[in-house]
Amino acid sequence: MATVSAASPVEVDPTLTPDEITFLAKPWVTIVWNDPVNLMSYVSYVFRKYFGYSEAKADKLMLEVHNDGKSVVSTGTREEMERDVQAMHEYGLWATMEKAT
Amino acid sequence: MGAFTRHRTSRLIIANFTGFEADLLRSLASQIVELLRNEAAVPDDSRDPFEAMMDFSGPTSEPEDPVLQRLFPTAYTEDPEAASEFRRFTEGSLRDGKAAAAIAIIDCLEEAGLPPELEEDGLMIDVELDEPTAETWMRSFTDIRLALATRLGVEEDDEEFWYTLDDDDPRARAHDIYEWVGLLQETIVEALIA
Repeated sequence: MATVSAASPVEVDPTLTPDEITFLAKPWVTIVWNDPVNLMSYVSYVFRKYFGYSEAKADKLMLEVHNDGKSVVSTGTREEMERDVQAMHEYGLWATMEKAT
Repeated sequence: MGAFTRHRTSRLIIANFTGFEADLLRSLASQIVELLRNEAAVPDDSRDPFEAMMDFSGPTSEPEDPVLQRLFPTAYTEDPEAASEFRRFTEGSLRDGKAAAAIAIIDCLEEAGLPPELEEDGLMIDVELDEPTAETWMRSFTDIRLALATRLGVEEDDEEFWYTLDDDDPRARAHDIYEWVGLLQETIVEALIA
């Protein structure tokens, strides 16, 4: 199984802000890519239903996928992102994961 | 006909199909089931033969069929080893889930009165779905649309091309079906949100 590469909280640089610490602890992202098939209403529905996002956030991410070709739809540990990617594949969305840059 | 709405009092998601439409949906769902079963999820055998033999888990290489490639995308684009591991742990259950969803459509249509062989003219099939079942249909419609689109070679903003095809071109007919399932899916999403 995958290993967690997140820094242990006790080793965190004390000068970091809470936001920076969160970022370091969540070094993976799930990306959904545009495809010519999936309906905009459907993609937005999936983001609301699976991630629990508001309608506004789901629509924003859906439009990013549609207009920019892809969107980062979630951030978290490697295990969390593997779950999200698998769920997106269940819904037929084209999703991949990578280390956050 | 052939569109989903949410029933005002029961809150069920309902649609009525002609016998022809219901039979067509059953045929599309059956093809998804067949496709998922035909190209078996076989582990990659470029490994040590003993190691391969002792591994019953799941496939580690991308499927050969372009539809299956689209249904089970490679999760890690720049790390083949991680991509294989991900596939090994997910593709089997994804396949089972997609096959079960397509079978749920078939069962539901048959429970609603679709006979094994459609003979009768004027038959109407009314389906009433609770929310989880409507979601299952919605997901399976995606698989059907992805399969049809991959076979047809559908691309972004290519509507013009399909509409200029002759009516007797088999691709035009297949594209009409693809659009029809898209309409069904759009109405099921709207009904779920309502």
